[in-house]
Amino acid sequence: MTALAAPPTAPGKGRPPQDPPRRRARKGGGGAGRTMKGGWLSYVILGFALLISAFPFYWTIVAASRSNADLAQVPPSLLPGPNLIRNFDAVLEEADIGKALLNSLIVSGSITLGTVLCCTLAGFAFAKLKFRGRGALLTLTIGTMMIPPQLGVIPLFMLIAELQWVNQLQAVILPGLVSAFGVFFMRQYLVQSLPDELIEAARVDGASTARIFWSIVIPIARPGMAVLGMLTFMTAWNDFFWPIIALSSQEPTVQVALRQLGGGYVNDQSVIMAGTLLGTLPVLLVFGLLGRQIVGGIMQGAVKG
Amino acid sequence: MADGEEGRGQRDRLTPLRFPPPLLAGAGPPAHSGWAGPGPRTPGSPASPPPVPLAPPATPSLRRTWRKASPYAYIAPFFTLFLAFGLFPLLYTAFVSLYRVELQTSGEMEWRGIANYTALFTDEYFWISLRNTFTIGVLSTVPQLAMALGLAHLLNYRLRGRTFIRTAILLPYATSVAAATLVFAQLFGRDFGLINYVIGLVGLDPVDWQTGTVASQIAVSTIVIWRWTGYNALIYLAGMQSIPHELYEAAEMDGASRWRQFIHVTLPGLRPTIVFTVIISTIGATQLFGEPLLFEGSISGGISHQYQTLGLYMYEQGWGFFHLGRAAAIAWVMFVLIVVLVGANALIARRRARKEAGR
Repeated sequence: MTALAAPPTAPGKGRPPQDPPRRRARKGGGGAGRTMKGGWLSYVILGFALLISAFPFYWTIVAASRSNADLAQVPPSLLPGPNLIRNFDAVLEEADIGKALLNSLIVSGSITLGTVLCCTLAGFAFAKLKFRGRGALLTLTIGTMMIPPQLGVIPLFMLIAELQWVNQLQAVILPGLVSAFGVFFMRQYLVQSLPDELIEAARVDGASTARIFWSIVIPIARPGMAVLGMLTFMTAWNDFFWPIIALSSQEPTVQVALRQLGGGYVNDQSVIMAGTLLGTLPVLLVFGLLGRQIVGGIMQGAVKG
Repeated sequence: MADGEEGRGQRDRLTPLRFPPPLLAGAGPPAHSGWAGPGPRTPGSPASPPPVPLAPPATPSLRRTWRKASPYAYIAPFFTLFLAFGLFPLLYTAFVSLYRVELQTSGEMEWRGIANYTALFTDEYFWISLRNTFTIGVLSTVPQLAMALGLAHLLNYRLRGRTFIRTAILLPYATSVAAATLVFAQLFGRDFGLINYVIGLVGLDPVDWQTGTVASQIAVSTIVIWRWTGYNALIYLAGMQSIPHELYEAAEMDGASRWRQFIHVTLPGLRPTIVFTVIISTIGATQLFGEPLLFEGSISGGISHQYQTLGLYMYEQGWGFFHLGRAAAIAWVMFVLIVVLVGANALIARRRARKEAGR
């Protein structure tokens, strides 16, 4: 049963709350990390690092709950003020953050579902099916993984303009579904977690590939799909470059709206910070709920920039 | 531990892109129960079609044909999208860069040959943005990776509440470029920014974080550092945890101090991971865009372009001045730059590895 608890990616399976014993158990023979205890100095330095990590968030809350005049005070006030709701109202009215949040939810949700599905399908084929050109296609996919999609935005924009999709959400959703990294991720996951014998046995029983995919592959791939899904959602929610090109203030995502806020459209700093807070809250929520799984995903080297 | 062996073999080439062996060990039993148990569960997606439509045809020969063809059905959705929205735009960029294309009439293309490139190379602002990309890249990448390495080293100790610490340290990674930059732009405000206030407390003069070339580039780099240090620390930590414990025990027996252990055991063991992070950070730095755009909200990267990066310069040409062809030329220059930098990284890494092995 230890084996069942072992995959660090499995979201919230009955897993021991502290991981040291687990890690020691699973790494037993091979490469265990150092298990030296940290001294007080480690705690001090790490505490300082956490403080720096967290401070901008705290400051966002402080600034968002004050007024522009408060922010121009010397010395600055470091405690939250009473204006949070007023500033939220202002930003909802001036920058249409409400619509932006909804759009971001639609865009990120569709991208997440589509990406996970496409990548699981392709990852499965690359991991377990034999077909002509498999090696070449996989190399092509991995080879482009490192190339920033930003470099293709000009033809992409011309394409979108040709299709008359500018300012429509599918202009962001469809290109967002392309994740070479996701294919590679799901392939690695399935190579390592789906035993060939299982597929052979199912084939002997007369199961078609489609049946094998739905009944065997997906249940096994689910933890990997969950990690890929979370990472994809965060990336999609935070994507900046392409949305500000493809969309405008009429049909903004959160990042497009934030760009407008920062572009001198609104002069009240506390209102800008209120918008920033609203736009960041959903990801923070996801992160608060699933942070541990996200850390696990990255620790597996799961993410590229 | 057969899986351990496999994991290690893979690590040599693709360190961070690797799953820990337990995944392999862990997947067996639950997988089996999923298949053999009563009624294997299909995922909860309501859109999932029943498996029937894809069922193989009845006759054996047809079935064989389908077996051969069906793998392509699985990769088709990805590759269709990949070709249309990934590969095609990337390659077509080179083509577009040889034409005059204007934003409003992006369907019309007029041949210009290498004129876009010559215009680029005679533009003063191109060279400024190239220089800025380089300096901001160094200013952000070097401290970021050094700090990440130190943090990872600390995180690798046995700590109380380490899950919490790891999660909290990754928090900046979860924020968007836009949100982080807007907050930092506020903190770096010249007159009322908190950072200048703190600098004043120490007794120094306030810094004009917007106008000064060095100051503004430090400010922009700070945003990058803040967002990515925790992420890189976790990558390093994962690498450190795969270094065999016996190496440390042996070093300890030889009387090596913790510092010497770090230099002689941790760093060499971490080399592939370090190469990976350097490459990723280099690519990230080359295309830096959101931070300089939103730092003051100007597409020219400050009044005298003092922190305009190549990414921003491309955006300015394309969507500020409507010269898509020129922007494509910039994209292509960035691509070449990335290839050269990544190649240089890999080359240096390989040479160092060989030197080390020869010793």
